[in-house]
Amino acid sequence: MTAVAEPATNEKQAGRARQGARLGEWLVLYALSILGAILISALLVTATGGDWQSVVTALLDGSMRNPGRWGETLGVAAPLLLVALGTVISSRAGLVNIGQEGQLAIGAAFATYFGFLIGGPGPLNLFVLLVFGAVGGALWAGIAALLRFWRGVPEVLSTLLLVAVAGQAVAYGLRWQRLLLAPEASRGNRNQVSEQLGTDRRLPEQVIFGNSFPISVYLAVGVALIVAFLLARSIWGFRLKMLGRNPRAAQHSGVSQKRYGSTALMLGGAFAGLAGAAMLAGGGFAFGNYQLVPGFSANIGWTGLLVALVARERALVCIPVALVFASLRTGSGFVASTGVEGRITDVIQGLLVLALLVPPAVMFVRDRRRARAATTART
Amino acid sequence: MGFFEALIDIFTSDSTYINAALFAALLLFAATGEWVAERAGTINISVEGMLLSGAFTTAVGYDLTESAVLAILAGICGGLIVALVQAEMSHRLSADQFVVGLTLNILVLGLTGFLDREINPKTKIVDTWNIPLLSDLPLIGQALFGQPWPFYLLYVLVPVSGWMVYRTRFGLDVRAAGENPQSADVSGIDVNKRRRQAIYYAGFTSGLGGAFLILVQVGQFEESIVGGRGFIAIAAVIFGGWTIRGTIAGCILFAAALSFRLSIQGLGYQLNSELLQSLPFLVTIVAMAFFAHRVRPPAALAQPFVRGLE
Repeated sequence: MTAVAEPATNEKQAGRARQGARLGEWLVLYALSILGAILISALLVTATGGDWQSVVTALLDGSMRNPGRWGETLGVAAPLLLVALGTVISSRAGLVNIGQEGQLAIGAAFATYFGFLIGGPGPLNLFVLLVFGAVGGALWAGIAALLRFWRGVPEVLSTLLLVAVAGQAVAYGLRWQRLLLAPEASRGNRNQVSEQLGTDRRLPEQVIFGNSFPISVYLAVGVALIVAFLLARSIWGFRLKMLGRNPRAAQHSGVSQKRYGSTALMLGGAFAGLAGAAMLAGGGFAFGNYQLVPGFSANIGWTGLLVALVARERALVCIPVALVFASLRTGSGFVASTGVEGRITDVIQGLLVLALLVPPAVMFVRDRRRARAATTART
Repeated sequence: MGFFEALIDIFTSDSTYINAALFAALLLFAATGEWVAERAGTINISVEGMLLSGAFTTAVGYDLTESAVLAILAGICGGLIVALVQAEMSHRLSADQFVVGLTLNILVLGLTGFLDREINPKTKIVDTWNIPLLSDLPLIGQALFGQPWPFYLLYVLVPVSGWMVYRTRFGLDVRAAGENPQSADVSGIDVNKRRRQAIYYAGFTSGLGGAFLILVQVGQFEESIVGGRGFIAIAAVIFGGWTIRGTIAGCILFAAALSFRLSIQGLGYQLNSELLQSLPFLVTIVAMAFFAHRVRPPAALAQPFVRGLE
């Protein structure tokens, strides 16, 4: 008996040790790659005659330390998180949606158009606005879903191409008063601008310690919790996962690729559209003056997509990642005051994302190499 | 002047064709490499970043050396740097190719914008070479044979690329890597290596495209110099059904749309500039919707290859 039990405990211990070593490897890899990204950024700043320490200080001041700044950061993080959550859902079903930037713009345009068309009392109108934002994003992603499941067009390509079309469509809408353009009186000195949302139609703001942020922050966090729960614990989430991992098996066990796939894709679009509507109704320093302008989406869609990808498709991990990316964005304005070009934050962000891609990829390659070594050793 | 007279004016003026040729040339530089990369199985989204990076290094190279040839070489290096990161990360480390591509686009945009303010390179458009006899042809003569000399690189690049993919061993390997990586692997082709090489080729041609932007088309680096035309090049490859002829046709069609917009604005008409700008994308989407079943993309397009994983 003991002769049998002994190797088992040994194996268990060895397994635990292996797991510990693996965790260590992960941590070391992540630390090294993030350090590398920061080092390159610092070198770049120094090489162009800047002072990297003051850049770091400015980033921290701009994103957190100065009065009122972390409220701004939260306000930027909310739409990023919403976009990222939508992306998590569609990629869970194995679909690559990279058109969030366009879906967000269309969502904001829908919110503007139907918000003013339907009218009604303030809070109700705000609700209508958010709902139509989501509907707009979902419909825009629905085009890609339609093309994917009825015409066999890869959704990667159609969503990407639709981004450019969305930007032009919104710009077109902003030329016509019956679509999005504001009446001449409220246009000010700008050519293409929609009417400003009235004060009662904006998202209420929460003020904590002099930091104000729109309540879309709570909305985004709540949605994150719900999405995380649904994906991990519900039948629907399981079916999506099945579809993503093995579409053929999913089809055989009765999960319609058409139905679940288009739902996932459209939900992804709906979240991006909701983010657009929330940006419109939330205002804030980054998102203009409660009105739609050309280029309104301001890269939030692209960045939100990156958030989801860096978080490796886990809903709750999206929250801290969105905060980091939002901090880089709100901090960038302060960096300019140190004499270093504010664009450096884009560089830092890009390098950071690339760095975060390295550890999983390296681990994947190493695991496979080990597995292969183990098989050859056994045979 | 009526609208139709204006149209006739547009179609009989040299400048329309010259503009169209310039637009088409840039798209072709980018799309040729993109086509090779896609045949090997990569949707190389970073082509936008490659163009931008190539344009910037060309500008810096010209500023330093005052030599167009060296500037073009610098441009090729600029494209290759982006290609190196894209290829190594997506086909050695098998990170997701779209993530890498999107990130690279954002990174290059930030980096060139940042460095441009610091360095601010001075450049100019290089000399025009008129090819005797051919440049005297009516309408298209000046457009095709009376351009600054880097334009003529295209007449070598495109046929050579077509020959390379369809008629050489390397091209066969590349197509095998894009169509059926498992079989290619079994028959001794290093799939990921071929895919990396195809991306390097895209970096090379896009670097040339960036150099073309600086030395022929625009003459001065600016952040928005590429302005999404890398994506139009991708659209052209898809529109062309992943053949070199279709890709050329797509590039010419989209360039015609882009230059038509310029011409019609030049005549004082403000006709749906948004529609014309989104035309390349709309046409591609519609074309894909109708021909997606007939025109088949490379079977393993956008699928990473890892040995032993189906």
